[in-house]
Amino acid sequence: MDAFTTFTAVAVPLDAANVDTDQIIPAPFLSRPRADGYRDLLFYRVRRDADGEMNPDFTLNQDAYKDAGIIVADRNFGCGSSRENAAWTLLDNGFRSVIAPSFGDIHYNNQMNNGMVPVILPDAVCATIRAQLHAGPGARITVDLQSNRVTGPDGTKYEFAIPEFNRYRLLEGLDDIAMTLDLEADIAACEARRRAQEGWLFR
Amino acid sequence: MAKTMFEKIWDRHVVLERDDGQVLLYIDRHLCHDGSRAGFTKLKSLGLKLRRPEQTFATPDHYRPSTVKTVAQIEDPTMRGILEQLVANAAEFGIHHFGLDSGKQGIAHVVGPELGITLPGILLVCGDSHTATHGALGAFAFGIGASEVAHVMATQTLWQRKPKSMRITVDGALGFGVAAKDVILAIIGQIGTAGATGHAVEYAGSVIRDMGMEGRMTICNMTIEAGGRAGMIAPDDKTLAYCKGREFAPKGADWDAAVEYWKTLPSDADAVFDTDIAVDGDAIAPMVTWGTSPENVVPVTGAVPDPVAEPDPVKRKSLEGALAYMDLKPGTRMTDIAVDKVFIGSCTNGRIEDLRIAAKVAKGRRAAVATLIVPGSTLVKRQAEAEGLDRIFIDAGMEWRESACSMCVAQNGDYLEPGKRSASTSNRNFMGRQGEGGRTHLVGPAMAAAAAVTGRITDVRQMMEEN
Ligand code: SF4
Repeated sequence: MDAFTTFTAVAVPLDAANVDTDQIIPAPFLSRPRADGYRDLLFYRVRRDADGEMNPDFTLNQDAYKDAGIIVADRNFGCGSSRENAAWTLLDNGFRSVIAPSFGDIHYNNQMNNGMVPVILPDAVCATIRAQLHAGPGARITVDLQSNRVTGPDGTKYEFAIPEFNRYRLLEGLDDIAMTLDLEADIAACEARRRAQEGWLFR
Repeated sequence: MAKTMFEKIWDRHVVLERDDGQVLLYIDRHLCHDGSRAGFTKLKSLGLKLRRPEQTFATPDHYRPSTVKTVAQIEDPTMRGILEQLVANAAEFGIHHFGLDSGKQGIAHVVGPELGITLPGILLVCGDSHTATHGALGAFAFGIGASEVAHVMATQTLWQRKPKSMRITVDGALGFGVAAKDVILAIIGQIGTAGATGHAVEYAGSVIRDMGMEGRMTICNMTIEAGGRAGMIAPDDKTLAYCKGREFAPKGADWDAAVEYWKTLPSDADAVFDTDIAVDGDAIAPMVTWGTSPENVVPVTGAVPDPVAEPDPVKRKSLEGALAYMDLKPGTRMTDIAVDKVFIGSCTNGRIEDLRIAAKVAKGRRAAVATLIVPGSTLVKRQAEAEGLDRIFIDAGMEWRESACSMCVAQNGDYLEPGKRSASTSNRNFMGRQGEGGRTHLVGPAMAAAAAVTGRITDVRQMMEEN
């Protein structure tokens, strides 16, 4: 996965709470192989009207956001299905970071496992940033993982917390499988202990 | 120090803890399904094997059409290809596979418990958010993403941060005609879809103790709809009776040793939870969702709420959006809502007990709208047929299908048509979840059967009194 140090991009405000992963990418597209790309699928249904035309009222469809790379969302972004395709879809559309007051647990991990930085900021801060973005469409935000800081459209800096383990992996662009395979001795020791404790699981 | 059940299980699975608090956990059993392809693909690209194929179990569910008996009969090349790929991956990597010809295929979360793969005290993962289901047996079980699936395949471990603990105590006794689905919908209505985010939830109280295993699975299943990482229920005599004799459960002396250990699992009496929530079991009525989030839920005797009454502007806006999508007006009585289609099945309500409850309501009546009955597994289907439930449904004009996820997620050819409205026993009423433009009302199996025979949302308690 690509390393993430600092990222500056146009940010798009999404006002809805509970944006579930079914909205980010509807289930009928999940059979598409990863290698074929997901660029055309982001918010496939939500961004279209009943006739299948792009709905100009959907923020993401507006011209100012065509190069957006950051989403500023509302509570519980990415709740629902565990589909990692949701992170792939965001990534394939150039999004490297989502800022929200809270995330669905599985999607939060999925973003980090794909080199994205999910940023948790308080409700009021997210609301302020979204209002600033609406007032000045096309404004840019910086997510700096080295200093754990977001710089808002007006230059205000906000500190955020992210699990240190994931921060380290993101900064280095490290895949965790290789890392974990180095811990073989520890895994084997735990496995032996589990065998002694609950041997029936291994028969 | 006093420990919760979650902490007891967690501690036994710690491989190591880093200074930054990240913990490497040992995974006892890994469930895969036909949506786990990316994991195998990644493993192949890295040139790796599965560390513990014996501890890995797969079955096709999402892409299995409910109308076919064999893979060869699947007409859609994408669906057929995905099922064939699972067969090939299972053979190549040497994992347990319950295919269409095995007699044991089903939704992963139904198959796990019924084959004894799920057991008390184990750590189980699956690349699916409803893995929380398995906690009903006193396991710690949670859903993971595709990268994590590949990590588990390669290492039999997973990096995690320790979730917080929450106890939801449902005391009292359920009223006539009220069941597990109503309890979990009422809980989600009370705490919201993010109410349990970051928490491992333990359900306790007299209502949970009095509930059968299937009901407990329904409760734990929808923990993810409250944002929870995992749902758990302490194992008791019902759990032991349920596990005994199942294919992958311990036997003989192993069984005795297992039971002895499992009895130590329940949370210590003085264990402290990060969050404690009380729910009044006496007050729960049959529940129905009206919107596009499981928290948009009211008793069947209620009405569609008016967003104007919502003080929080963010919530008000989402309520308005939900009403527009669902094409409903505030104040409409739930029982005045007509449905076009009924779905009984899924990992939430596709078990034998669910089908028994639905059959009780359907018996001697006729479906007024298209009704799909999709057993959660092939074993459930066989059991239902042995009990004659299939006849009851067929005589009622309902469709009796092969086990699959089916109209829960609309990936196998079963779906809700645009603009149509369903009463569904599944777990998500998200926009487009059951089909593009489809409108879903989540209910329990008795309520779904009632909606099927009347063609509208109906308080099943009245029909049960008629019985
Ligand atoms: S039945 Fe529905 S919720 Fe359950 S595993 Fe299948 S698609 Fe997911």
